[in-house]
Amino acid sequence: MPQILVDQLHKTYRVAERAPGLGGALRGLLRRRHRTVQALAGVSFALERGELLGFIGPNGAGKSTTVKILAGILRPDVGRVEIDGRAPWDDRERHVQRIGVVFGQRTQLWWDLPVQEGFDLLRDIYRVDPARYRRTRDELVALLRLAHVLDQPVRQLSLGQRMRAEIAAALLHEPDILFLDEPTIGLDAPSKLAVRDFVRRANRERGTTVLLTTHDMHDIEALAERVIIIGHGRVLADGPTEALRAQVLAERRLVVDFAHEAPAHLALPGVTLRHREGQTLALDFDPALTSAPALIARIAAEHAVEDLRLEGLSIEEVISRFYALHGAADT
Amino acid sequence: MGTLPLFLRLAGASLQGQARYPASALMLTVGQFLATGIEVVAVWALFHRFGDLGGWRLGEVAVFYGLVNCMFAIADALGRGFDVLGTEFLRTGHFDRLLLRPRPLTLQLMGHDLRISRLGRLMQGLMVLGFGTVQAGVDWRPETVGLALFALAGGTALFLGILVLQGTLAFWTTESLEVANVLTYGGVEAAQYPLAIYAAWFRRLLTFAVPLACVAYYPVLAILGRGDPLGAPGWVGWASPLAGFAFLGLSFMAWKAGVRRYTSTGS
Amino acid sequence: MNWRERLRPYRAAFAARFLQMLQYRSAALAGFATQCWWGGIKVMVLAAFYAGAQASAPMPLHQAITYTWLAQGLLALLPWTADPEVAQAVRTGAVAYDRLRPVDAYALWYARTTGWIAARVLPRLALMALFAAVLLPLAGWTDWAWRASAGAAAGLFALLSMGLALLVSASMVMLLNIATAAALNERGINALAVPVVIVLSGNLLPLALLPDAWQTLLLLQPLAALVDIPMRLYFGQLAGGQAWRGLGLQCFWLALFVGAGHAALGRTMRRLEIQGG
Repeated sequence: MPQILVDQLHKTYRVAERAPGLGGALRGLLRRRHRTVQALAGVSFALERGELLGFIGPNGAGKSTTVKILAGILRPDVGRVEIDGRAPWDDRERHVQRIGVVFGQRTQLWWDLPVQEGFDLLRDIYRVDPARYRRTRDELVALLRLAHVLDQPVRQLSLGQRMRAEIAAALLHEPDILFLDEPTIGLDAPSKLAVRDFVRRANRERGTTVLLTTHDMHDIEALAERVIIIGHGRVLADGPTEALRAQVLAERRLVVDFAHEAPAHLALPGVTLRHREGQTLALDFDPALTSAPALIARIAAEHAVEDLRLEGLSIEEVISRFYALHGAADT
Repeated sequence: MGTLPLFLRLAGASLQGQARYPASALMLTVGQFLATGIEVVAVWALFHRFGDLGGWRLGEVAVFYGLVNCMFAIADALGRGFDVLGTEFLRTGHFDRLLLRPRPLTLQLMGHDLRISRLGRLMQGLMVLGFGTVQAGVDWRPETVGLALFALAGGTALFLGILVLQGTLAFWTTESLEVANVLTYGGVEAAQYPLAIYAAWFRRLLTFAVPLACVAYYPVLAILGRGDPLGAPGWVGWASPLAGFAFLGLSFMAWKAGVRRYTSTGS
Repeated sequence: MNWRERLRPYRAAFAARFLQMLQYRSAALAGFATQCWWGGIKVMVLAAFYAGAQASAPMPLHQAITYTWLAQGLLALLPWTADPEVAQAVRTGAVAYDRLRPVDAYALWYARTTGWIAARVLPRLALMALFAAVLLPLAGWTDWAWRASAGAAAGLFALLSMGLALLVSASMVMLLNIATAAALNERGINALAVPVVIVLSGNLLPLALLPDAWQTLLLLQPLAALVDIPMRLYFGQLAGGQAWRGLGLQCFWLALFVGAGHAALGRTMRRLEIQGG
């Protein structure tokens, strides 16, 4: 029996449209124009206890909407959600007692209070037993390296520090399920690594079920064994990360800066020239046919090369490839 | 931690934040004291010139005035969360965070930003009430003290209810909610004086629509031991503060509808 | 350069600020309902007081009522706070640029401030007139309404006086602006100023209704020039020679505040230069 069951979620938003200018504003007073945005068009999946699921998709795909529905703060138009057998919005207080939510770039801690006091306040709000709280807090502080920011007001922390404090705050009451909505957005590289490392640990050692949304592929590759790709409110793929990589991420991109004018074509199997400008050439290749080292060696042997770099596909390209492969997906 | 202790905790955290800037807090409190107190100058000046207000003396009016200001000061302190709901919670998305806490929303909002400066109005109200007690020779027996506290509670509930309604409006419109000020500040302004001096239609509005008369006029009549020139029976003042609680109850019902709307339409 | 050319930058500054402020429709409408209610209650309370002892009143009830409505309409004239643009200019450092322009800094700011105040007063005054002078009588409540002036001459004098009041108000706000530019603590000043301004300007009660012992002082203080003097002209209390003297008093305050402001601004600007601000 899965811990989280999501069945055919539909959600539409009505967004008010404002016409510009004074005339528009006056007309707006009389009659509001609305535009409907379909955020979710039939999303279904299931999550077992202790799984770590990555939810990836471009902006506006429906990731945050899904998280809000699972958290119980938004109700879908159509569809069923069961978390431990119950709908999240049926008994709000009971549901939120057992989940932790982190929204990237927004903090739940009190702006003017020192981090420590914010933690203490959360202990009281969540009714955590004081002894357990101390143990949990000390553990979190150590793992997330927060010891030296505990007595600083939240507004004085850097974004990386704030995010780490945020994650600690979400776990103080030892929730069964952790929702992370774009937790690494805007963070510098060391902080991203720290967050990823910590989330992996929380999932492995404590068995916390984790649902992570992101549009950074590296988060997924570092953390998730299973990934759902969501686009335009629909699930486009649901499976092990490896399989996804094989299916769509097969192609990788090599960007080469030549010493002289870039060659117009390269006679190499499985290689497509994507873009050529001056001395720079971008080409896509399938590592299954020609491995990256082999390709680089071939090019370096035949041409004078100044610099080269390997890139993965961005999530937007992944999505568009998906549409190309599967068409507008049927639900 | 139980509900009431948690409320005190949240309120305490809010006060603590303000106490970090003691000079500013003091100045704001004094400012509030003066700003809400200048009305007193007007009342005093008018009595000085005219002698009495339709049969009411300065001391008696002072009791009305002081009590109403005390009620609003407390409600204002508790109701700030609802007052700024639109700008500080809905627009920023911070309301979601309140929903994610296993505690009632109203509790969290009441504990939010309890402003020390409201003490300014409270002190002013108490001073005027004290003055009125002396001037009008109010007889503070256990029953009248109890009634005053009952009226104070009912009045606080009423003003809080108005603020809750103002917050509830924010779920539907982000436009100017100033109209609610008509009921809060305007309500204080109106109820400061014995309602008997107003025209009949206005009195009815203030008795049945927004029951200010029930929490101020009738109880104070009973405290002063005066008969009602409008002819209501004497017992009314002892029971009427209940209307304030009823109003608050209705406000909470509207509030629930507002929250339901929020969770179905998103932010 | 003829005088028209000389005035161009100031006219432009006035117009720009004026039009900019007019855009804030919601700001003009918001608070109007509250003001109507406020005015209504004040008027009812006054009537109740008058009902007791008409004879001892220095002004008849209907004048006190008209006064109350007009004072509400002219609320934006009260010098409570500095022009927010000045505070912003100080924060961003743009204030230093005013020194570099080939115009008189005081006059430029003055024109802008006048535009700011005018754009806030005129809509509110018009709305209040619509409500209290037109709608109330139409609804049959002439007793509670804003009544006409005591004759055409009185009306004209009052209009002239209100124009002067606008200028006087701007000169007072200029002093607040300069205080802001000099980075003096406006918050503290504000807390004390607001109640004082409300009482002394006649916004709380018509000045004549305040105790008799205070009357001389009340007439001689500068805030009386904002609402009270125009009102006295409106009711014909100051007529003929007296009327000119009333206007003269307003001009006196105007000259005084403009002079003081000009000198103070000069000093402040020089100090800003020295600090490199």
